[in-house]
Amino acid sequence: MSTASSQAPSPGSPPATATSPLKAVTRFRLFWPAVVLAVLLVANLGFTPGFFAVHVQGGHLYGSLIDILHFGAPLILVSLGMTLVIATGGIDLSVGSTVAISGALACLQISRSADPGSLGTVLTAVGIALGSALVLGVVNGVLVAKVGVQPIIATLILMVAGRGVAQLITDGQIITVTSDPYKLIGGGYWLTMPFAILLSALVVLAAVLLTRLTALGLLLESVGGNPVASRLVGIRAMRLVALVYVFSALCAALAGLMVSSNVSAADGNNAGLWIELDAILAVVLGGTSLNGGRFSIGGTVLGALIIQTLSTTVYTIGIPPETTLVFKAFVVIAVCLIQSPAFRAKLAGRGARARRTAAARPHAVAPINREVGK
Amino acid sequence: MQQPVLEVRGIRKEFPGVVALDGVDFRLFPGEVHALIGENGAGKSTLIKVLTGVHPADGGEVVLAGSQVWIAGPLQAQQAGISTVYQEVNLCPNLSVAENIFIGREPRRFGLINWAAMRRRAAELVRELDLDIDVSAPLNSYSIAVQQLVAIVRAVDVSAKVLILDEPTSSLDRDEVRQLFAVIRRLRDQGVAILFVSHFLDQIYEICDRMTVLRNGRLEGEYLIGELNQVQLVSRMIGAELAGLDQLGGGKRRERTAPAGGTAFLQADGLTRRGAVDPYDLAIRSGEVIGLAGLLGSGRTEAARLLFGADQSDGGTLRIEGAETVLRSPRDAIAHGIAFCSENRKTEGLVGELTVRENIVLALQAARGWLRPLSRTAQDAYALRWIRALDIRPGNPEALVRNLSGGNQQKVLLARWLITDSKLLILDEPTRGIDIGAKAEIQKLVANLAEDGMAVLFISAELEEVLRLSHRVGVLRDHRMVAQLDNDGELTPERVMATIASGADQ
Amino acid sequence: MNANALLTRLRGQIPLLVTAALLVSMFSIGSVQYDGFFSGQVVLNLLIDNAFLLVVAVGMTFVVLTGGIDLSVGAVVALSTMVSAWLVERHGWPPLLVIPLVLLMGTAGGWVMGWVIHVFEIQPFIVTLAGMFLARGLCYTISIDSISITDPQYTAMAQTRIPLGSLFVSPSAVIALLVVAVGFVVLHYTRLGRNVYALGGSEQSALLMGLPVQRTKTTVYAISGFCSALGGVLLTFYMLSGYGLHAVGLELDAIAAVVIGGTLLTGGSGYLLGTLLGVLVLGLIQTVISFQGTLSSWWTRIVIGALLFVFIVLQRLITARRR
Repeated sequence: MSTASSQAPSPGSPPATATSPLKAVTRFRLFWPAVVLAVLLVANLGFTPGFFAVHVQGGHLYGSLIDILHFGAPLILVSLGMTLVIATGGIDLSVGSTVAISGALACLQISRSADPGSLGTVLTAVGIALGSALVLGVVNGVLVAKVGVQPIIATLILMVAGRGVAQLITDGQIITVTSDPYKLIGGGYWLTMPFAILLSALVVLAAVLLTRLTALGLLLESVGGNPVASRLVGIRAMRLVALVYVFSALCAALAGLMVSSNVSAADGNNAGLWIELDAILAVVLGGTSLNGGRFSIGGTVLGALIIQTLSTTVYTIGIPPETTLVFKAFVVIAVCLIQSPAFRAKLAGRGARARRTAAARPHAVAPINREVGK
Repeated sequence: MQQPVLEVRGIRKEFPGVVALDGVDFRLFPGEVHALIGENGAGKSTLIKVLTGVHPADGGEVVLAGSQVWIAGPLQAQQAGISTVYQEVNLCPNLSVAENIFIGREPRRFGLINWAAMRRRAAELVRELDLDIDVSAPLNSYSIAVQQLVAIVRAVDVSAKVLILDEPTSSLDRDEVRQLFAVIRRLRDQGVAILFVSHFLDQIYEICDRMTVLRNGRLEGEYLIGELNQVQLVSRMIGAELAGLDQLGGGKRRERTAPAGGTAFLQADGLTRRGAVDPYDLAIRSGEVIGLAGLLGSGRTEAARLLFGADQSDGGTLRIEGAETVLRSPRDAIAHGIAFCSENRKTEGLVGELTVRENIVLALQAARGWLRPLSRTAQDAYALRWIRALDIRPGNPEALVRNLSGGNQQKVLLARWLITDSKLLILDEPTRGIDIGAKAEIQKLVANLAEDGMAVLFISAELEEVLRLSHRVGVLRDHRMVAQLDNDGELTPERVMATIASGADQ
Repeated sequence: MNANALLTRLRGQIPLLVTAALLVSMFSIGSVQYDGFFSGQVVLNLLIDNAFLLVVAVGMTFVVLTGGIDLSVGAVVALSTMVSAWLVERHGWPPLLVIPLVLLMGTAGGWVMGWVIHVFEIQPFIVTLAGMFLARGLCYTISIDSISITDPQYTAMAQTRIPLGSLFVSPSAVIALLVVAVGFVVLHYTRLGRNVYALGGSEQSALLMGLPVQRTKTTVYAISGFCSALGGVLLTFYMLSGYGLHAVGLELDAIAAVVIGGTLLTGGSGYLLGTLLGVLVLGLIQTVISFQGTLSSWWTRIVIGALLFVFIVLQRLITARRR
C-alpha cells in the first residue's frame, strides 16, 4: 500500500540504524495485522486440510480463500469509508442503516420495473441507491462539520432512523428480485473471480490512488492529527470532513448493493446489522488510531479480512458463530489498550514510579507534625 | 519576625529536557499579599502546581504552618490549607453559585444534602465579602469576574490559610478589578496569606506588600514592594542574556536602515477585538522588521492573530498592499501572502505524527488544494533544501516531527512558510524554549529574509532580540499598543523597559 | 434573581418544556383521533410496557450527565435475561438467589468498564462497545436459542396486576417508578449525585476542586450496569424468557429517551424526570402508531430518529449560544 512508504522506519534516527533487520520489519505498519491474519489462516489449515486449495470449476474460482474475500467484500468497502472518517477524528455509526437503505431502494426499483433483467433497470436502481446515499452522507457531513455535533451523536440519528426508513421502503417485507445483471454485483463471477471481489478491489484501489496521488490523504491526516494547526495553515477542514462522511455513505451503499445482490433480496431489518461495529474494529485492527490522524487503507483491508477469517474459522470449528462477539470484545479492548497513551505510560512508568515513591516519599502522610516552638 | 505560614525551600522540578524549578525558596506570611512575578518559563506556574499538588516536586521541602508537608494532590492541598483560584475559573458553570461554593462538602441532614442550609450559608459567605450575588442562580449566568469571586469565596471557606490567585485579573475590566481588590484586602485583613500572580505591574504595585521574582526557574529575589520601582522590576524579570547572542554580527548591532517610502504592505488602522486587544495602528513595509515587545499577556499575540485572520477583528480596518481587506480566516490571509508561526508550536503549529517533509509542504499544499498535489519529488526537493538551509536535525525528511527538539521544530515551521511565497511573516516567540545556537540561526535568518524584501512582524519577550532585529518596536501593555519606537541606534533596552513599565515613552 | 440568571435557567429548561408540550399534544391528538385512547389505562400501559426501558434509561441518564455514554445496556439486559433463565430453568436455582446475583453481575460489569474508561483514558463509547460485544457474545455461549421460563415465581410476577381503582399496574411498573424516585433522590440530594453534575460540567474543575472524579465515574457506570441488569430482570418478568436477541437496539432507545428528556449529551445538565417524560414520549409514539393501525411499526424508529434530530440540533443551538 502506498501508506507503507511514508511509514518506513526513519534511517536518520539513531535507534533505527542500530537495530536488527527483524526489528525494522516489525516496525512496518502492516506487520502485526499481517501476522495475525497469517496465523489465523494457518490455524485454519489445522481444522481444514485443504484450506488453501483454490480450484477452478466451470470457469469460476472456488476455495476457502476465495470465499473469505468474497464474503468479506462488503465489510472491506464499509471499513474503507470508515477509515477516512476515523482519520479525521470522527466516527460513522450510520453505515449499517445505509447498507440496508441502499439495498432496499435498489431491490424496490428492480422489483417494480417491467423488465427486471435489463441492464438499464439495474443501472437506474444502482443510481438511485448511490444517489440516496449521497444525500444521507451530506446530512451526516453537515451535522458534523457545519453544525458541530459530535460525530457519534450526529450519525446515531441516522443509525436509529435509517433502519425504520429501510423497513418503510421494503414495507417490512423481504423484497426478492430476479435480475441477472443485479445478481452479478454481489453473487456473480467475472473473469473467473467473484465480481464482488473485483469491485471492492477496484474501490480500494481508487481510494488509495485518490488519497495518495492527490493531496487528500495528507490533508485528511493533518485535519485529524491537529485540527487547530490545520486551520492555521489554511486547510478547508469543513469541506474535507463533510466529504469523508459522503464517501463513507457511498461505500456503505455499494456494500448494501452487494449484500442484497448476493441473496437477491433486500431485508430492511437485518441487512448490514452490526456492520458499523465490525468496520470500526477492522479500522482499529488495521492500525488507524481512533483519535484520528494517520490512516492506513492497507491495514484496514487486512483488518476486515481478519474479521472475516475469524468468522469463517468459527464456522468451520463448529463454535456457535454468535460467540465471535466474545473474541471481538477482547480484540477491541486489547487494541484500544495498546493504542491508549495512558496505558502505555502506566506500563512503562510502573517500575519507575514504584522506585520513586519508595525513595522520595518516606513520609507520604500530610501533614507531618513537627513541634514548633512558639 | 513573624512565622511564615508557608515556606518552600530548595524546590526542584524537572520535566523531560527542562529544569522548570531549580532550588527555589519562597516564603509567605499571614496577612500579606505577595506577588509572584516572572516571564514565561520563569517557573511561576510550575511553582503553583507544586504547591497545589498537581505536580509532585522532585526535591526540596514545603513547610506549612511550621510542619513539613507532602502535597499529593489538589484535595490534600486543600485539606492542608492551600486553595487556588485559577485564571480560567475552575468551577462548574452548570451548577448554582451555592453548590459551587459547597460542592464536595455540602451540609447534610440524615445523609441527604440540606439545600436550604447550603443556600443560607452560601448567602452569608457572599454577604460577608460585600458581594451582591444570588446564590441559587446558575454560575454561568454571571460574568467571569463574579465567577472568580465565587471561586475565591469557595477557596477561602475551604481553607482560610493560604489563597493562591493565579492571573485572576486578566479578563476583568477596571471596575471588576476594583471589586476583586476590595475582597482581597478584606481577606488580607482577616489574616489570610495571599499569593497573587499577575502580569499587570500596576495592579501588583496597587495591591501587593511583597514580591518574589523568578527567572528561568531560579529565584531572582524577594523584595518589599517599595524596594523596586517598575523599571527595576522589569529588568529583574527579563534580565539580559547577552551571552551567546553575540554570535550574530559579532556583537555589533546591525545597521538597520528602514526601507524608504512606498505604501506599506500591510496597514492596520484602529484594528481591535474586544477583550483581546484595544484599537491599534500598525504599518509594515516590505523589507521591514517590526518588533512587538511587551510582557506576557500584554496583547502581543492577540494583535498578531488579527493580522492573520486567526481571530476576527470587531473594529478598525486592514489594508493589504493598499486595498482594504477583511480577513475571514487564516486561508484568506495566506492567499494575501501572510504567514504566521504560532508561539504554541505543538498545539497550533505542527502535526506531530506527520513527518518533517509533510509538515514542511503542508501550507503550500493547502493553498494549492487537494487536487493539485505536489509530486513526491517536489516534496522531497523542498524538504531536503530547507533541511540543509536551516540545518534541521536529524536531517531525515521522513522523521516524525514530534520527535524533533524545539529548535528544530521551529525551523520546520519556518520552512513551511518559506516555501510559500509569503510577503509578510508573523513570528510569535520563534526563539522561545530553544537552544542558543538555533536562536542565533533563526535571528540571522529573519535578518536575511528582511534584506531580501520580506516584511516581518517579530514578537518576542526578549528585548535584546527584538532590538537586534527590528526597525521599529511596537510596545504593548495591558492589551494596548502604548508606543511605537524607531530603532534608530539610540534605542536601548532600558528605554523599552521603561515604556513597558510606565505605559508611555518617556 | 437577576434577569440574566432567570434567562439562563429558562434556556436550560427549553428541551424539557418542549418534551412536556410534545407529550401533552400527542396525548390530546391521540384522544381526539382514536376511540378508547383517552383513558388512564393507556397511560398506565405506557409504564407497564416500558418499565424495563425506563429503568435502563435512568442508568443511562447518570452516565450521560457525566458526559459519557453506555452502549452496552441492551446487551447487558439480554445477558441478564439469559443468565436468569439459564440458572432458574436449567439449574433450578431459586429466583431469590438468581436475581441478586444478576444485579451484582451487571453492577460489577459496569464498574469494570468505568474503571477502564477512567484509568486508561479510552473513549467511553469504545469501551462500552466492547462491553456490548462481550455481553451479547456471552449470551450465545449459554445458548443460541431462547430459553423460556416456567418458574412459578416468575410467572406470578408476570401476571400479577396491582389494582388502582378501576385501573391496574404491574409490579414492574412500580419497581421502575421506584427506581426513578431513588435515582432522583441520589442525583439531587447526595454528594454522589452532585458530583455527577459537576463532572459533566467540567471534569478538570471537578478534579481541581478535589472531588473524587475516579470514584464518581466508576460508580456512574456501575449504576448503569445495575440498572441494565434490573431492566433485564424486569424484561424476564415481561417476556418470560431469556434470549440473546432480547433488547437489540435498546441502547439507542435509552439514549433517545435521555436526549428527548432534555439531558445534554455533553453532560452536566438534565433531569431524571425529563428521562421519565422521554420514555413516555417513546411509548406514546408506539401507542399512537398501534392505535392508528395503518401505520407500520417501523414508523416508530423513523419518528424517534426525527425527534432525536430535532432535539440534538436544539441542544447544539442552546449550548452554542451559551458560549
